[in-house]
Amino acid sequence: MAEIVISNIVKSFTDRQRNADILAVDNVSLTINDHDFVCLLGPSGCGKSTLLNMIAGFDKPTSGRIEVGGVVVQKPGADRGVVFQQPTLMPWLNVADNVAFHLKLSGIRKAERRARAQEFIDLVGLKGFEAHFPSELSGGMNQRVGIARALLMNPRVILMDEPFAALDAQTKIEMQEELVQIWQRIRCTIVFVTHSVDEALLLGNRIAVMSRRPGRIRDYFDFDMPRPRDVTSPEFNEAKRRVLGLIRDESRMSRQAA
Amino acid sequence: MRAATERLYPAPGLAWRQIQSKIERITVPLLILIGWEAFSRSGYLPPALLPPPSAVLAALADWMFAIDGSTQDYAGTWIRHVLASSSRVAAGFGIAALIGVIIGTGIGWSRFIEKTVEPTLQMLRPIPPVSWIPLAIIWFGIADKPAIFLVFLGSFFPILMNTIHGVKTIDRNLIRAGAMMGASERQLLWNVVVPAALPSIFAGLRIGVGSAWMLTVTAEMVAVKSGVGYVLWDTYYFLRYDMVIASMVSIGLLGYLSDIAIKLLMNRVLRWQRASTIQSREG
Repeated sequence: MAEIVISNIVKSFTDRQRNADILAVDNVSLTINDHDFVCLLGPSGCGKSTLLNMIAGFDKPTSGRIEVGGVVVQKPGADRGVVFQQPTLMPWLNVADNVAFHLKLSGIRKAERRARAQEFIDLVGLKGFEAHFPSELSGGMNQRVGIARALLMNPRVILMDEPFAALDAQTKIEMQEELVQIWQRIRCTIVFVTHSVDEALLLGNRIAVMSRRPGRIRDYFDFDMPRPRDVTSPEFNEAKRRVLGLIRDESRMSRQAA
Repeated sequence: MRAATERLYPAPGLAWRQIQSKIERITVPLLILIGWEAFSRSGYLPPALLPPPSAVLAALADWMFAIDGSTQDYAGTWIRHVLASSSRVAAGFGIAALIGVIIGTGIGWSRFIEKTVEPTLQMLRPIPPVSWIPLAIIWFGIADKPAIFLVFLGSFFPILMNTIHGVKTIDRNLIRAGAMMGASERQLLWNVVVPAALPSIFAGLRIGVGSAWMLTVTAEMVAVKSGVGYVLWDTYYFLRYDMVIASMVSIGLLGYLSDIAIKLLMNRVLRWQRASTIQSREG
């Protein structure tokens, strides 16, 4: 069943200083099914984050439309949980209050907020840190809070914008494994933006490869390698070769064009 | 965590180092006081023109507690005047804080409010609050009101400017995160924008309370018949320079105490910042 339908999205920005229009996303259409883990893979500045922001409702497309769960996206809402590149927690709230922020906005009593937040704090492995402020935690721990906060809203889809990009290699691997486990357990739909081929192939069951700016979808394929995935296996390398080939074609074409 | 380790392994000579740091702090003020006392007693200037600190202290003590009646009518009236000044500061500053934060948040948040309201305020801002004294007197008469009005003017603009700055420099992603979690515009303002701007708002409050004391004293010199500023000006007419200086000391003390009060409140409200401030790193 189609969960997110992206049809003919065009997004251009106006560069006020140079008085020029910049085409960031060029006619992108994409259908994402229920329970998919889609990785949007592309080089920096290709418009993948812009696309994600439009699904989230932070940005409006210049033309085209996006539907989530059959409803056209007009503005941000709690049906779409977003995990940002930086944790983006409220620095004045402790871990428990950050995770339960959505419940506070809905006017739910403090005792119930605490109880419901606890479930997700435990899920992301932050038991014992409920009363800590974000400034007292590491980047990885803060990003876990960000994930718990998105999960608590029980959203139809979770949108993740390179959430592990700022983490060290070891923490990143840990978090990637946990994310897959969480996704398997709660079976939500995830759209995950990344510029890392390895990360995309490790996480996604569908991969959308985007071209350089203006962003277009170069390829969109299923990747059903069984989990846990071994990044050194021939199957993984086979897939990686294919994706890298696509990217190489792409850069050759853009060099010729230039 | 750090406090716990310190308790487990007390550094050798910790007590001595604390004493040493206290000595470092009081050396310069002590030298100034001694020098001043010596200079006043040397007879270089008539003692009435520059009373020594000991005389100022004696005047202050009598003003506070009516010890020997040396301050005549003022003996024992200190607390009354201090309360009079403080209540004006509290009223003017309180109104300024409330209105400054509300309007500042509005200007920082909404383009429309910024366009319609801010130009007027920016044109009023360069007018020194003191120059409002004549109008304040003819509008409000000689009493508390003109003083409160001036205090309001003096502390309103620093609070306003810092609130605007605080709201405008919020991390946009915090607002996005709030909207993502389903916040309405009003909830965003109350639950995200204002808390995020609090560090700036407090900076404005601290500057504002300084101007508040400045303007209370000025107003009391001209437009009111009570308060520490009034005593300062009145005793000047009677050539009681010990009392003039005692008033100055009292004003300094009150300003200092109100700054500490705001700082304590700030440390409480902004305790989430503690781990990220330079001060905590110095320990």
